[in-house]
Amino acid sequence: MNPALFIAQRLTAFLLALAVAVHLTTILYAVHGGLSAGEILARTRGSLAFLFFYSVFVIAVAIHAPIGLRNVIREWTAWRSRSLDVALVLFSLVLLALGFRAVFAVYAA
Amino acid sequence: MRASHTQRGFIAAMLHRLSGIALAVFLPLHFLALATALNGANALDSFLALTRQPLVQFAEWGIVVALAVHMMLGLRVLAIEFFNFHEKTLAALSICVAAAFAVGLALILNAG
Amino acid sequence: MTGSAAALEVEIWRGAEEGSFQIFTTPRREHQTVLDVVTEIQREQDPTLSYRFACRVGICGSCAMMVNGRPRWTCRTRVNEVIGEENHIRLEPLRNFTVVKDLAVEMTRFFDKWKDARGYFEPGDKPAEDFAVVKPDSKKRRAVDEHIECIGCGVCYSACDVVEWDKDYLGPAALNRAWTLVNDVRDKGNAERLDAISKSEGCQACHTHMNCTQFCPKSLAPTYSISGLKRAVFWHSLFGK
Repeated sequence: MNPALFIAQRLTAFLLALAVAVHLTTILYAVHGGLSAGEILARTRGSLAFLFFYSVFVIAVAIHAPIGLRNVIREWTAWRSRSLDVALVLFSLVLLALGFRAVFAVYAA
Repeated sequence: MRASHTQRGFIAAMLHRLSGIALAVFLPLHFLALATALNGANALDSFLALTRQPLVQFAEWGIVVALAVHMMLGLRVLAIEFFNFHEKTLAALSICVAAAFAVGLALILNAG
Repeated sequence: MTGSAAALEVEIWRGAEEGSFQIFTTPRREHQTVLDVVTEIQREQDPTLSYRFACRVGICGSCAMMVNGRPRWTCRTRVNEVIGEENHIRLEPLRNFTVVKDLAVEMTRFFDKWKDARGYFEPGDKPAEDFAVVKPDSKKRRAVDEHIECIGCGVCYSACDVVEWDKDYLGPAALNRAWTLVNDVRDKGNAERLDAISKSEGCQACHTHMNCTQFCPKSLAPTYSISGLKRAVFWHSLFGK
């Protein structure tokens, strides 16, 4: 951890607190009576609000999760070299890629 | 030091940490699942059909609770670090965990 | 459990990093403290037992050790508090320190981290022209008052899980002292100090387990000092103030 990572972690945490509150509420409401693709896509298809919200969500998670994992791995395993940082940057990119792919999938379906 | 393992701060930190790890593992899978919609609504529907098995339903409930736990305990950390919140009682931890399970309960009540 | 007829079983670590536990039996006495027990064993049964104490009245912090897995001052720990059902006490040297012998530990690294955290007053190049006026009810003075009473006994450092997981972590005591200096309006070394406590082994490594606050024999709360440092570094990094 250093100041930059700490700031990134805590700022995305504040952001995610809001995003997760919205997401959980939405999901709890949406699963009412069962979940179907049609229902999901009806909400997300072509919705710019959806696109914006979940894009921000994906970026925030791609910053927040790897920094958290970095602490855990450095403290609980012997892996603390530069290669760990590289691996976590790759993980972050994977989250970004898969995340945007998913957002696009349900926006453009 | 086993004595620390029953301290509420340690329990809070472990719940926070383990739920975080679970979420980090789950998230790529979640993204992959949603992206099956790229092959059309039917593809997503067939995938969703898979998720109606009890074991998967339980795992979904677990993940929702993990998210709620991680957020609640994260808010505790943010309160202590940024708002100088002096948490000294078991109450804070209990409230966080209870709220998280309330979310889990809401899921069960709403779903299906 | 009452009566001095009952005997006390005391399991004590012997050796250094390698070693084993040795069991002693000693009479129960009314109002015994764990320090009384160790002293009686060393004087009456085994003079080769090594341990530290000084004031024996809860002022100096020298007698700290692990009592049944918890770091505490043995002079302030009554046997009645820790005895349990089996009349058994387990004594070990403080966790997270290198063992010198038996119950005595090497404190050097602990105090080196104090220096690394810049836990010392920095007067600056020019001597002050006059006394500093610090109002006792000012926010900064109150922040100092809350955390200044640390005597460097090492209990918090011993209790800290992050110190166990990361041997470089500066630890609650050093960071607590740094916080009191951050709030000292006369100090001129704050920029360097904030730098020193925000490296990878610095305040950001604290995960708010709060063991330090839980176990501090002086009821200090290093958790809140460290949170204060996190905020100070946060604002300093973003806005340079």
